[in-house]
Amino acid sequence: MSVSALETRPILPDLSKVPAVDEVGVDERVARFCSRSIKTTAKLEALKLALSMIDLTTLEGQDTPGKVRQLCQKAIHLHDAMPGLPQVAAVCVYPTMVGVARKALEGHDINVASVATAFPSGMAPLNVKLEDTRMAVAEGADEIDMVISRGAFLAGEYGFVFDEIAAIEEACGDAHLKVILETGELGTLDRVRRASVLSMHAGADFIKTSTGKIQPAATMQVTLVMLQAIRDYFRETGRRVGMKPAGGISNAKLAIHYLVMLKETLGNAWMTPERFRFGASSLANDLLMQLMKQSTGAYQSADYFSKD
Amino acid sequence: MATAAEKTRERLSVAKTYKLYIGGKFPRTESGRYFKLTDKNGVVVANVCRGSRKDFRNAVVAARKAQPGWAGASAYLRGQILYRIAEMLEGRREQFTAELNRQGIAVRAAEKEVDASVDRLVYYAGWADKYQQVFSAVNPVSSSHFNFSVLEPTGLVAILAPEDSGLLGLVSNLAPAIVGGNTAVVLASASRPLSAISFAEVLHASDLPAGVVNLLTGYRDELTEHFASHMDVNAIVYCDGGKRAARQIQSLAAGNIKRVVERSGIEWSKPGAQHPYLIRDTQEVKTTWHPIGT
Repeated sequence: MSVSALETRPILPDLSKVPAVDEVGVDERVARFCSRSIKTTAKLEALKLALSMIDLTTLEGQDTPGKVRQLCQKAIHLHDAMPGLPQVAAVCVYPTMVGVARKALEGHDINVASVATAFPSGMAPLNVKLEDTRMAVAEGADEIDMVISRGAFLAGEYGFVFDEIAAIEEACGDAHLKVILETGELGTLDRVRRASVLSMHAGADFIKTSTGKIQPAATMQVTLVMLQAIRDYFRETGRRVGMKPAGGISNAKLAIHYLVMLKETLGNAWMTPERFRFGASSLANDLLMQLMKQSTGAYQSADYFSKD
Repeated sequence: MATAAEKTRERLSVAKTYKLYIGGKFPRTESGRYFKLTDKNGVVVANVCRGSRKDFRNAVVAARKAQPGWAGASAYLRGQILYRIAEMLEGRREQFTAELNRQGIAVRAAEKEVDASVDRLVYYAGWADKYQQVFSAVNPVSSSHFNFSVLEPTGLVAILAPEDSGLLGLVSNLAPAIVGGNTAVVLASASRPLSAISFAEVLHASDLPAGVVNLLTGYRDELTEHFASHMDVNAIVYCDGGKRAARQIQSLAAGNIKRVVERSGIEWSKPGAQHPYLIRDTQEVKTTWHPIGT
């Protein structure tokens, strides 16, 4: 390794200096976000913005190429009865399905995201994780969603987790890296904050709450702590890291609460699909139904929207 | 010997808060609006929730969720549960009589209305596993098919209950809808809403799955539009209301081609006000062509 490479290598910060999280304060702050009134034109804008931030996701053992193609068709034709809709940001699949998704989305400006590194448990040796990542990138993934080794993190082996993320980041090449903390397994907000700081310093482009396989998945509390970590990291380094809450955000109202929280914590610079995503599958239909409600005046039925 | 304090002590009465019934829970209206219900002397009897379109929306979500499970329950079980509702209502005869009386109905008439409501529930409970045989058919066709028609529930039924008959009118329209596997969202009479909410307590104690029946109170003028236009409502049953309302309902219901059922000018206390055709009103006929050898 050359000298310059050594100098640019990421360095693990002292995690004992990471500020402690005031859990009661977080709860109260979150309650305030939920009390904002977003109506009419502002609501319309929020719904469209949320739609453009969605990573349409299918991560089931029963996924087939047909199912993935169907999801890609859904991404391309969200609801043709309503013109002028934004596109979703990406389609998120398993590495073996990346090729199928890439082909199905050809000619459309929708990214292919792939989970990697022995998703969802992350219980595999580093070389397997690296191979998993390289394979997904080679198949054409624009974004990689990796999971951290929660067991090692909880055992206090921060250096191990840090090096792993840095190695995967290198294997990603040009693909963006989202680091899944799986907050449902971390237990406390203090650990969430530490894992966020660790991941960002290791080179994450995005930090993401959950795999969606563990309950609780994304909560507003956890997301707020991560957003605050992103803000402090930006003030420290000048680099803007993105945020992706995933799992359990299934209705438009909740998505709007998240957007309020995003705006009031990080500001307008983050109000874009480049820096904020929703990992969801059923959220898109609820947003579409709300948009139709806004334009027709009648409450909508799932019968008239494509399944996801 | 009692002390002076004990002699003068009066018990504070505990008045019931009349709330909505949505998804097996008794929430207040999300709008925070209420209207005063007064008796004939102008004394306030209760503050009643003035349900909003969002309460209705929530009720439809609950009813939609409950629908497949309820339609999939056996006819025998649906009949048993309806009979159970009748039993629970019978046990609260005095309460319902007194409540109707407070809403301006004479005691004797109130007793008759409660009794007729219990009987009506038993009547439809009996039909649960019989209407299918009466209305289904094997159809003669001139090809080598076994051709038969059976009834299936329409799905989610919105009911604008009769204004004059607070309890019996409600039961008479609700029972035939749910006995056939539909779930229901009901707007109770605005002038006699108390029995409807107390009836929700009866439903709640009758093993009826949450969401199968959802009861709202409020102004019909305000909510009719949403009952008729909601895309996730499969049928609307409206009682009385006049020509203008009928026109509004019919044109808005066209949005998703709802089944529209009008029941106007019916005297619900008459024996003729109960018949299995009211069940069929919210059923769809499914015909199957099954190939057979010649």
